[in-house]
Amino acid sequence: MATLDAIGRGTIDTFAYVGGLARLAGRAAYYVFVAPFKGRPLRIERAFHQGMAVGVEALPIVSLITFFVGLILALNGAYELRKFGALQFVASAVAISMTRELGPLMTAIVVIGRSGSAFAAEIGTMKVTEEIDALETMALHPIQFLVTPKFLAMLFMMPCLTIWADFMGICGGLIFGITSADFTVAGYFQATLDALYKRDIFTGLIKSVMFGITITAVGCYEGFSTGAGAEEVGRSTTSAVVMSIFLVIIVDVIFTALFYFTGA
Amino acid sequence: MSAAAQTTPAANDAMISIRDLRVSYGSREILHGISFDIRRDETMVILGGSGSGKSTLLRTLVGLEKASSGEIWIRGKNMASATAADKEELRKRLGMSFQGGALFGSMTVGENVALPLREHTQLDDDTIRIMVRLKLDQVGLSGFENYKPSQLSGGMKKRAAVARAIAMDPEILFFDEPSAGLDPVIAAGIDNLIVKLKRAFRMTIVVVTHEMASAFIIADRMVLVDKGHIVALGTPQELQTSTHPRVRQFMDRIAEPEVHKEMDYLQMLTDGNED
Repeated sequence: MATLDAIGRGTIDTFAYVGGLARLAGRAAYYVFVAPFKGRPLRIERAFHQGMAVGVEALPIVSLITFFVGLILALNGAYELRKFGALQFVASAVAISMTRELGPLMTAIVVIGRSGSAFAAEIGTMKVTEEIDALETMALHPIQFLVTPKFLAMLFMMPCLTIWADFMGICGGLIFGITSADFTVAGYFQATLDALYKRDIFTGLIKSVMFGITITAVGCYEGFSTGAGAEEVGRSTTSAVVMSIFLVIIVDVIFTALFYFTGA
Repeated sequence: MSAAAQTTPAANDAMISIRDLRVSYGSREILHGISFDIRRDETMVILGGSGSGKSTLLRTLVGLEKASSGEIWIRGKNMASATAADKEELRKRLGMSFQGGALFGSMTVGENVALPLREHTQLDDDTIRIMVRLKLDQVGLSGFENYKPSQLSGGMKKRAAVARAIAMDPEILFFDEPSAGLDPVIAAGIDNLIVKLKRAFRMTIVVVTHEMASAFIIADRMVLVDKGHIVALGTPQELQTSTHPRVRQFMDRIAEPEVHKEMDYLQMLTDGNED
């Protein structure tokens, strides 16, 4: 009976959590896409600052990580391909893996660590110091004021970062290609372009947008769920990172399956 | 003065009318049917010990907590049944100074004060800059526009928070524990500021505090909240001479018996109404 009770409670809590995320993302989407037509202008300046923090400042670490991931992919791919004398397919293996999966996923993981946690910490601290309450008493909606710029920045920056991550991953593969697989630089890029279809890139970009929405929703939701005290800020930050990684993987599974079964 | 007197409506000079207000956190009721009026242009001090429900009352008045039942009439509008748009309009006419200041750490003092003006008015940048300077001057913080809140002392933070609260020239100004955490000299300065604002702008001011010295300086009337009930309402002189045992305990600083058991503590807070 206790097990059933625990399962029931767990199920209800999970639905409540996902419902909370959906409500928050829905409200943010309203303030981005609908409210500007009802006299509530977008906070472009704040979104720009967020975009710099989320996107531009993440470029070095995203570049470094995806470059090495591309190199690792090439090394692991070559291990199997050389058995069949098919080392020339390293370029296509890296290109497809990066654009469809690892580019958006690795970008999301980095963004979770940098920005998802920062969203939770920022909003959580504001909750503890009554700044969220202060916004409300000034007739400023916290979601419009705090979440919308982050949401907008993520919607724009995640695909941009992902395109860059794809490129850096391919460059990682290129290092292996020219040192161990007899590729020239031009030949490697040509092999990459030959292997890629537009849909490979677009499916990755669609995933990146969904990951961005997930990271923003979880980070901000955890921030707003912060209780009293500095300890709670730490809890919500940790929770934001763990839940974001988990939910990004779930979203990834759903969209990868969707693309597979629809042939995209 | 008595609990009965508190329910007498203060005719039509009431800026805020609270009627049978009940507020609960989960199944635990914190305010048990409170009713009283706050008159236009008066300074009402809400007194009470820790956990008495005074901060919950203030938070409910400004709309940060939801009443489980009852009515809060502010400027003739019932907050409990007002539409979101009505509440938003009403909030633009209220100012609130929080206990810790609640200034936005990522903004300068000037940007904090300018925020409501930028968000709710069509004023140009130059006018907003002048108004920010004016508001900071009114709270004694001239020249601190470009400071970050982290660079200010506790008292200065409170003054900056007041400057932000009065930025929109509110009709009602709420203070949550304005003297908390300040030394007596700085606290006296905040008391003087509240009195000065009241005289200068003829605002209705509502202050939650447990600092008796401050309360007697700033209050036109006082209400003592205890365990979610009102035990006394009247002028400072009336409360000073009250014979009500709880008022006397508060005025004469008579200690509560120490609480060691959780249930005793919860019962003390809620007057035995927990489920």
